[in-house]
Amino acid sequence: MRITCPVCGERDRREFHYKGDAVALNRPDPDAGDAAWDDYIHTRDNPAGETRDLWYHETGCAAWIVVTRNTVSHEVLDTRLASDVVRGAGKRGGGVRK
Amino acid sequence: MTRLAARTPLQGLLSLTVGDQTVTEADCGFMTSIAPWRGQDAALSEALKAAHGMSAPGPGRITGREGARAIWFGQRMILLAGPAPDPSLAAHAALTDQSDAWAVARLQGPQAREVLMRLTPIDLRDGVFKNGHTARTDLRHMMASITRLGGQSYQIMVFRAFAQTLAHDLQVAMEGVAARHEG
Repeated sequence: MRITCPVCGERDRREFHYKGDAVALNRPDPDAGDAAWDDYIHTRDNPAGETRDLWYHETGCAAWIVVTRNTVSHEVLDTRLASDVVRGAGKRGGGVRK
Repeated sequence: MTRLAARTPLQGLLSLTVGDQTVTEADCGFMTSIAPWRGQDAALSEALKAAHGMSAPGPGRITGREGARAIWFGQRMILLAGPAPDPSLAAHAALTDQSDAWAVARLQGPQAREVLMRLTPIDLRDGVFKNGHTARTDLRHMMASITRLGGQSYQIMVFRAFAQTLAHDLQVAMEGVAARHEG
């Protein structure tokens, strides 16, 4: 498996650390209520198909990356810096869209 | 009173010739990591140029020259190797002394690339990893900085705590390549 780091380019999967669902970027407001927080902390989809994860370029440039990939085909569809996604820019999308 | 003597990270560990390849420890002088404040990248580059004669390198590149070099060192991070950092840089970036923190090796020889290919997953082919290119990558599970200084010359950096492992892994890889080229 290869992941395209928006900073470094295409790299081997072993350089990356998997964090989990990119839902971590959508932290609810402190007063959003128990249901929203319960959902944020505990509820995860487990799709057979497209999913959006946070990966850390651990032995590379140390960037946090939002990776869109397909859990069935293992295809990596899109990668972008988490910092850009949070700021709404979403620029420098790497990844090879086939 | 206890007598303390400074030791370089690879002292007594790495001065080795196997086959046609040689690896030695490099003395980079001062090493300082430079992390620009948000929006200060251009100003930092100007300050670096004024103080040390080199602009800030972009991702995967180095600037400067032997003895005073700026090495791209990760996302929004640069390593200044050689001179002590000019105080003017501190207006644009966080400066952290790394001088004793990294083991620095130089690998040279006609099969230097083959040696590295055994240790790291990055693409080292001539058309991809050229002179003056640098990468943060995995070297036998260690976080490394690898820079191509010349056609047959690479600089390899790992945390000082991994110095012995680096020396061992380099030696094994060099012996493997040498054996393959024998006879």
